[in-house]
Amino acid sequence: MITLTHYLILTALLFAVGLVGVMRRTNLLMLFFSTEILLNAVNIGFVAVSHYYGDFTGQLFAFFIIAVAASEVAVGLGLLILWYKRNGSVDLNSLQMMKG
Amino acid sequence: MYEVIAFYIFSILTVGMFGIVVMSKNALYAMSALAGGMIFISGFFFILDAEFLGVVQIVVYSGAIMALYAFGMMFFDTTRDVSEKMRSKKIAYTLSTLSAILIVVILCMPLVSENIQASYPAIENVGNVQMVGLILFTKYLVPFELAAIMLLVAMISGIVLASKRMDEHLAIEEDDLEDIKELR
Repeated sequence: MITLTHYLILTALLFAVGLVGVMRRTNLLMLFFSTEILLNAVNIGFVAVSHYYGDFTGQLFAFFIIAVAASEVAVGLGLLILWYKRNGSVDLNSLQMMKG
Repeated sequence: MYEVIAFYIFSILTVGMFGIVVMSKNALYAMSALAGGMIFISGFFFILDAEFLGVVQIVVYSGAIMALYAFGMMFFDTTRDVSEKMRSKKIAYTLSTLSAILIVVILCMPLVSENIQASYPAIENVGNVQMVGLILFTKYLVPFELAAIMLLVAMISGIVLASKRMDEHLAIEEDDLEDIKELR
């Protein structure tokens, strides 16, 4: 029988995969992919909690997270294209102008 | 029984796909694996009786967001391998510690919240889509409208940011036109 703990472990696993991506990638497009993984992992957790406690709030929260992800991609990709036109690279190291 | 089999199959497939996304050096492979992983995640939503979210996941993530990424990739050089250089180990260690603490907190949550009460419990003989609509348009009407405004703002900003001086980059330059005339 699949319990809530199974789903939470899966959520934690996927979140860890996304965090590994955020930590080891330096390409900005790949960083966007990793943030999508993080958001999806959290969505699974919300829906699982919503199912096992019989409460619909979790599903609605996941719905709003999907809306936020969609607008994040629209704005982020626009900025990324602008940066690529200016610098010819979407690498994080090219964003380092102040050499801090 | 089928639920258990489906859960494990979808878990292995999702973790594998997202592993490819994180580890692959090719941007196109990463994008395709991400699209696959999104569809497998919608399988979890169907197992958990959240049909509406499952459909939204397929339509919005695998449809809209991946199409947007594919469109954005036309601007970037995707045939070249993604360069990876780890510079500071300190940040990686700090983030690893924080994520480990976070995972422990996530897994302990059901233990400390035993006496949790459902604020919007499911009603008998009402389907998932109908129930989501009922709650979305009564209790969550204001956040819903705000999300609509947010999506509108995001759409306008995406158009403005990506299309600014796009005609200069896509149109043939005057010099190129003269070259073509000389060739003829």
